[in-house]
Amino acid sequence: MTQVPASWFLTLSAVLFVLGVAGFIFRRSVITMFMSIELMLNAVNLTFVTFSYELKQVDGHLFVFFVMVVAAAEAAVGLAIILTVYKSRATLNIDEVNSMKN
Amino acid sequence: MQLWLIPLLPLAGFTINGLFGRRFSKGVVNAVAVGSVLLSFAWVLKTLIALGVLNTAYSEHYFTWIQSDAFSVGCDMSVDRLTAIMLLVVTGIGSLIHIYSIGYMAHEGGYYRFFAYMNLFMFFMLVLVLASNYLLLFVGWEGVGLCSYLLIGFYFDKKFATDAGNKAFIVNRIGDFGFSLAIFYMVRQFGTLDFGTVFSKAPAAPESALTIIGLLLLLGAAGKSAQIPLYVWLPDAMAGPTPVSALIHAATMVTAGVYMTARSFAIYTHAPMAMEAIAVIGIATAFFAATIGMAQNDIKKVFAYSTVSQLGYMFVGVGVGAFSAGIYHLMTHAFFKALLFLGSGSVIHALSGEQDMRQMGGMRGKIPWTCWTMFCASLAISGFPFTSGFLSKDAILLAANHHAPWMYWVGTITAGMTAFYVFRAFFMTFFGDYRGHEHHPHESPPVMLVPLVILAGLSLAGGYLFKVPEFLGTIFPTLEMPEDFGLMAIASGAGLLGILLAYVMYVARPGIPDAIASNLRGLYTLVYNKYFVDEIYDAAVVKPVVGGSRLLLWKGMDAGIIDGMVNGVGARAKSIGGALRMLQSGNARSYATWVAFGGVLVIVALGVAEGVTR
Repeated sequence: MTQVPASWFLTLSAVLFVLGVAGFIFRRSVITMFMSIELMLNAVNLTFVTFSYELKQVDGHLFVFFVMVVAAAEAAVGLAIILTVYKSRATLNIDEVNSMKN
Repeated sequence: MQLWLIPLLPLAGFTINGLFGRRFSKGVVNAVAVGSVLLSFAWVLKTLIALGVLNTAYSEHYFTWIQSDAFSVGCDMSVDRLTAIMLLVVTGIGSLIHIYSIGYMAHEGGYYRFFAYMNLFMFFMLVLVLASNYLLLFVGWEGVGLCSYLLIGFYFDKKFATDAGNKAFIVNRIGDFGFSLAIFYMVRQFGTLDFGTVFSKAPAAPESALTIIGLLLLLGAAGKSAQIPLYVWLPDAMAGPTPVSALIHAATMVTAGVYMTARSFAIYTHAPMAMEAIAVIGIATAFFAATIGMAQNDIKKVFAYSTVSQLGYMFVGVGVGAFSAGIYHLMTHAFFKALLFLGSGSVIHALSGEQDMRQMGGMRGKIPWTCWTMFCASLAISGFPFTSGFLSKDAILLAANHHAPWMYWVGTITAGMTAFYVFRAFFMTFFGDYRGHEHHPHESPPVMLVPLVILAGLSLAGGYLFKVPEFLGTIFPTLEMPEDFGLMAIASGAGLLGILLAYVMYVARPGIPDAIASNLRGLYTLVYNKYFVDEIYDAAVVKPVVGGSRLLLWKGMDAGIIDGMVNGVGARAKSIGGALRMLQSGNARSYATWVAFGGVLVIVALGVAEGVTR
């Protein structure tokens, strides 16, 4: 059985990451942006796992678990914030949530 | 023997009055201030009696002040015959002037402040004369300068008084600069500042080093004792209350320079050039100041220039090697000049503050005690035969003749001028018709008159009570010179001539002075304006220094470079911040763009760096 080369994984990871960045930058909805962040995190995770497998070292796996834990915590806090913002402003458009500046 | 008690008693008086005097009644302030000085005087007497003949110096060591390798300076005090005379003059005259001040200052504000400063002055002056090394002497030296400044500017709400205080302080700084350099040089040359050690090592030192030290010490002495070229502060110092003029600017502090040079005789005797410089500066100052004194109308200014002139005599004495004659004149001068100042204070007091002699006249009948005590002092300063001033001045003039006859002749002419201006002041004040506006000139209270009477006695006979030249014969090298009655007669004749001239011009024929003044208008204007020395100094030194400081140090260095640096850092930070502020749009997506951009930048940079290193 021929192995899928590592470069494919990395390319996929890069594509996912760029999609995440693009989504974060160009979408206005806070929820979508939030999801874009998750996408970027997971793109990075994929890179970690790829290299970990390629180099036969377990460090990459460990990092992935850390990233997952942080992502879970971030999801909890982030969603709470989104809920609160929506309650007080009745909007999820990021461009309207700028009262720290003005 | 507890020598430390002598200066510490006035210091205690200063502390008590300075801290709590504001709440005390005048009686308590008087008791503390005058009491402390009187106790100090009593302790001086007790100490001197206990020490007996004082053939050798008696020293006390209190603690080591500075210790660095082999160099060590202690807080040491010692008493020898020279110190004994200074102690008696300082505490004795100081006591009399303190008592006098009770009456003189009775109606002035800041009563406790005045006495606190006076006591502080006594403390520093006593430290100065008791010190047995140059550094401790310098402590007293600076301290009396400080008190002089504080007391000249006593009427601090008057601009001219504070200006005069500043002037005194700044001019003294120039002299003190020389003195401190002399101290450094001595440390280098001798490795110690102790009088005994320095003087025993001095004969072996190279003459060039001794000459440099001597000239630097002379600079210090010229500042403190108001000699050319640093005499300009003393006449202005008369802005202070009159007892201050009497105590600090006539009897004690200004003689510190003479004391210090006489104390350093072991250095000077091996540096003939420095001694010559002292003598020349002294005789020049004596003559120069006397000419100015002849044309002044402010009674205190006359005596101020007279002080400068008499200090010049003392320097002549020291400079020609007659150290004991210089100290002799220091003592008798303290008697009669303190009396002249206190007497003029009494006149000013009687006229409620008038100092211009043109507004006086005919005071003889109104304030007889003041008049006749001042008469005694005037006789003494004129060198009238057999007064104490006659004895000391003749001792100096004979020594000057022994050294260089031209100095004797200049000194004799100066003696004539001295007699003239003092009696001019005396006649203008006490004779003729009253020209002032105060309607009821009143005699001063007894508390002021008693010191006057005591000082009058000392002015006439003090020279016999304390035969200083014999007393100091064990310390100073003695000059062998023949008694010359001819020269003595000429010198006192000059004095008598001066008195006679003053009598003719200001009593018998009052029109003469105006006629002379109008005939010699140029010369009179020159002398009346003190040879424009103040103006010359102002143009040559003060203006360039102030202008240079303003232009270079203030505008250039401080405002330009230092402020420029500090403000520049602030301004750059502000402008960079202003540019960076544009990034903070408040738009989350623009932040995200910047983050992405930054990430790309980092990756590119890493790539480039790798390309370079590979």
